[in-house]
Amino acid sequence: MELASLSANLLLISFVAYFVATLFFGGAVKGTKSEASYKSNRWGKIAIVITSIGFVSHVGFFITRWIVSGHAPVSNMFEFITAFAMMLVGAFILLFYLYRTPSLGLFALPIAIIIIAYASMFPRDIAPLIPALQSYWLTVHVITAALGEAILAISAIAGLVYLLKNVDLTKKSKQRFWLESIIFTLILVFGFVLSSTTFTITGYEAKFSFIDKNDNPAQIVYNYPPLFGMNEYESLTPDTMKPFAEMPAIVNAKTLTTFVWSLLVGIVLYLIIRIILRRPVATMLQPFAKKANSKLMDEIGYRAVLIGFPVFTLGALIFAMIWAHEAWSRFWGWDPKEVWALITWLFYAAFLHLRLSRGWEGEKSAWLAVIGFIIIMFNLLAVNLIIAGLHSYA
Amino acid sequence: MSNKKCLCGHENPFGTILCEQCGRPQTDEAKKSKLVDMRYEGSARRSQTYKRSIIDRVWNFFSSVKVGISIIVAVLVTSAFGTLFPQKLYVPAVTDADIAAYYERLYGFPGVLYYELGFYDMYNSWWFITLIGMLGTSIIIASFDRVIPLYKSLKKQRTKRHVSFMSRQRIYGIGSVNDTDVSLGKAEKKLKELRYNVKIEDGAILAEKGRFSRWGPYVNHTGLIIFLFGVLLRGLPGFYVDETLWLREGEMRAIPGAPGFYIENQDFMIELYSKEEDEVFGDAIDRVGAIVKNYQTDVTLYKEAEDALLGQSDKLEFVKDYSIIVNKPLNFEGYNVFQMDYRLDELKSMTFHLTEKSTDRSFGEFTVDLTNPEPTYELEEGARVELKDYFPDYDGIEDGEPKTKSPVPNNPAFIFKMVTSDKPEGEMSFVAIQQTLETEVNDYKVSFVSADTRDISGLTVRKDKTLYILLLGGIIFMIGVSQGSYWNHRRIWIQKGEGNELLLAGHTNKNWFSLRKELDQVRDYANLPQYEDREDTESFEQQNGDNS
Repeated sequence: MELASLSANLLLISFVAYFVATLFFGGAVKGTKSEASYKSNRWGKIAIVITSIGFVSHVGFFITRWIVSGHAPVSNMFEFITAFAMMLVGAFILLFYLYRTPSLGLFALPIAIIIIAYASMFPRDIAPLIPALQSYWLTVHVITAALGEAILAISAIAGLVYLLKNVDLTKKSKQRFWLESIIFTLILVFGFVLSSTTFTITGYEAKFSFIDKNDNPAQIVYNYPPLFGMNEYESLTPDTMKPFAEMPAIVNAKTLTTFVWSLLVGIVLYLIIRIILRRPVATMLQPFAKKANSKLMDEIGYRAVLIGFPVFTLGALIFAMIWAHEAWSRFWGWDPKEVWALITWLFYAAFLHLRLSRGWEGEKSAWLAVIGFIIIMFNLLAVNLIIAGLHSYA
Repeated sequence: MSNKKCLCGHENPFGTILCEQCGRPQTDEAKKSKLVDMRYEGSARRSQTYKRSIIDRVWNFFSSVKVGISIIVAVLVTSAFGTLFPQKLYVPAVTDADIAAYYERLYGFPGVLYYELGFYDMYNSWWFITLIGMLGTSIIIASFDRVIPLYKSLKKQRTKRHVSFMSRQRIYGIGSVNDTDVSLGKAEKKLKELRYNVKIEDGAILAEKGRFSRWGPYVNHTGLIIFLFGVLLRGLPGFYVDETLWLREGEMRAIPGAPGFYIENQDFMIELYSKEEDEVFGDAIDRVGAIVKNYQTDVTLYKEAEDALLGQSDKLEFVKDYSIIVNKPLNFEGYNVFQMDYRLDELKSMTFHLTEKSTDRSFGEFTVDLTNPEPTYELEEGARVELKDYFPDYDGIEDGEPKTKSPVPNNPAFIFKMVTSDKPEGEMSFVAIQQTLETEVNDYKVSFVSADTRDISGLTVRKDKTLYILLLGGIIFMIGVSQGSYWNHRRIWIQKGEGNELLLAGHTNKNWFSLRKELDQVRDYANLPQYEDREDTESFEQQNGDNS
C-alpha cells in the first residue's frame, strides 16, 4: 500500500511542477519582444526543465500505479484522464523541442492542470478489472488512443493561442462570442472542481432509493445537495434537501444535479470575474497570446493533427477493432463510444481535406482544431457519463 | 482539346496550369497571381478539363474534394444522430412491437419519432449504406483524378525553372553573391548533407527530398477502399456467420452455423474478487460491491465422423477440451466461439414427495427433470404420480387454463395425478411454486422437497472470412497515412540569374518552418541571398525589428 501512496504523491508533484512551469513560461513570454527571440530565453529554459521534471514524476505516478494494480492504469475515468493529461504534456514537450515556443506552454500547462484537477473528482481507488477488460489489448488500445487524442488536443491549444491573438475582441462579433464561450467552459470545469471539492470536504451525502429504467429498484448516493430526484425516488438519509423535481427513468438525476451545481458555481465565478474586469474575460488572456507567431501556431496546430491523426487511427479504430473482435466477437458494433471515435476520425479527415484542398488555414483551421477537441471531450465525458454503452466503466 | 506548347518548347496537355517542365504559368489566371497554386503541381486534371458528357459530370462530381468533404460531414452528422438513443441491437426486446414500445416507454414522443423514422436501426438503413457507398466512390474517383497527373508532372519536372515560376513561390529570394559558382557548390554540399537528392543542370540546382510522401494520400485511400470492399463482402453467404447459443451445464448441442460440430458444456463458473486475496482493491470493492473476476465455460468440442451422414450425432469424434473465457474465444477451422453472457441457477429439476395428509405417511420422493419430464413416477407401496400437464414458465390462469410464457423453466407448474391403493382412480392436484390448488378436497398431497439448479452459458459463434481483408486494408491505410504525415516533400531551387545574381525558391507540401530551418542552414553555409516567406510577414517584420 505504500507504493499506492507514493503514486498519489508523484501525481501531486507533477501537478505542482506544471503550475510552477506555467509561471516561468509566463516569464519567458513577458521577457521577450517577440517569438523570434524566444530561443535563447533563460526563463523558457527553466520552464521546460520544470515541465520535464513534472512529466517524469507524472510517468512515475503512472508506472507505480501500474505496479500496484497489476494492470495498465487506464481502466476508469480517473486513470484515463490523468494518463491523457500526462500524454498531453508529453506531446507538448515534443512540439516544444521542434518549435521552441513558450506561448504554447503558457496555455498547454494550465489546460493540463485543469484536466488533472477534473480527473481527481472521480473515484481514485484502485479497482480490479472486469473480465471484458482483462486483455493486453487494454494496454495497447487505450494508451495508443489516449496518446493520439492528446496530440490532437495540442492542435486545439495552438488553435486557441492563434484565436486569442487574432480575433478582434474590441468589437462585438461571432468570433468573440465563441471564444468567450470557450473561456466560459474552462471556468465551468473549474466550477465543477471547486463545488465538488467543497462538498467532498464537508462530507455531504444523501442516499436515495429509486426505480431504474428497467423497472428494478436501486439505490444511489448523491455527493451534492439533490436538485433533481431520480425516478420514483425515496430519501433514505434524513434531514437532507428535498429535490425540486423528479426525473424520468432515463435521466440520471445525480449527474444532472452535479452538472447544474457546477453550472451555477461556474456562472457565479464567471460573473464575478466579468464584473471586476468589465469586459470579456478572453481579453484578460489575450496579452499572453500576443507575442505568438500566427503562422507558427498555425503550423504547430496542423503538425499536431498530422502527428496525432495516424496515432489516433491506430489506437482508437484499428486496435479497437481488433480487441472488439476478440472480446465482444465483432470488430464493430455501433456502440456509442465506437461511433464517436469514428466521428472524431471523420472530423479530422474533413479537417485535413479542407486544409489541403480548400486552403482552410489560419483562423478557420484554428476553429476546426478547437471543435475537434470538443468532440474528443464529448466522447470522453458525455458518452461515458450520459449516453452509456459498453464502454461505461467508470 | 489539343496539347499546348509552352515557350520552352514542351508540349503540355490541355488544361495545364504550370508547364510540366519549366514551370511557366500557362493560364491567364496563373500569370496574374502573385503566388502560384502548387497543388498537384499545376497539372491538367481530367475533372477540370472535360465537362461535357454525363460520365464527365459524374466524374467531376465525385472527384471534387468539396463533395467528398460534404459526404464525410453527412456521415458524421447522421452517425452522431444514431447515438441519441440506443440502437435496436442494444434494446432488450425481440419483436417489432416490443421494440417500438421500448422507445415509447423510455423516450416518449422523441422515442416514437426515432423509431418511426428508422433511426433505431440507422446504420443498416439503405440511405446510410448509400452514403458510405458514395464516400467509397468519391475516394476512388478523386484519387485517380489527381494521382496520375501528379505523378507525371513530378516525373517530368526539370531542374532549371523559369524565373516566373521561381518568383511566384511562397519562399523566394534574389540577390547578388560574390561568386555564384562557389555558392552553388557549397549549397550542393550542404543540401546533400541534409539528405536532399540534388540535381544540377546549367547553373541550376534542384534539391528534393521526401517525394514519396506525396503518394501517402493515395496509398491510404487504397487501404480504405480495400477495407470498404471487405465490409461489402460480408453480405455474401459463407463469408460471415453470427449465431448465439445458450448452453446449459451438461448439455451438448450442434453448433449453429458450423455444420458437423457439436459442443458440450462441462461446467460454467463465475468468480468474484475478494477483499482478502486482492487487498489493493478493497476500497473499490467496498464502494461498488461485488466485482466479477472471471467467468468461463469449460467445453468439449466434437466433430461428426467423416463417414457419418450430416446431422447424425451418434458418431462423434472428440476434438478438444477448452475453457472459453472472455477475451479468449475457442477457435476451430475459422470459427470462433465467444463467452458473451450467462444466467445463473436456472432450475434443472425439482424433487417432491407424496404424503397422506392425515397421517403424514410418505410414499417416497420423486424428481422431475424440468427439461425432459417423465410421464409417470413409480413410488413405494404401489403408489405412483402421473404428470398430466406441465407449464415450464407458468404465467397465471387464462380462460380456466394455466398458461406458460416460454419453454424455459423459470416458474414451473404441474398437474399431477396421485394414484394410491386407497384411490386407484387417482386424485388431481395443481402444484406451482408456493401454491397448491385442488379441484376437490384430496386425501393425498404432493409437496416440494428441493430443487436443483444449473448455470447456462451464453455463447456467440462467429466466422468472418473478411477479417484478413479488413486487416490488410487497415495496414495499408496506416502505411499511407504515416507516409503522408511523417514525411514532407521539400524542394529547393537555386539558380543563376543575371550577372552575380542567385535566385532561390523553396516549396514544401507542409511544415514550412522546418523547411525554413533547413534553408537557413544552407543559406548561412553557402552565402545565399536572403529569402522571405511571403505568407509569414510576422516573423520577418519581427526579425527586422529585432535587428534595428
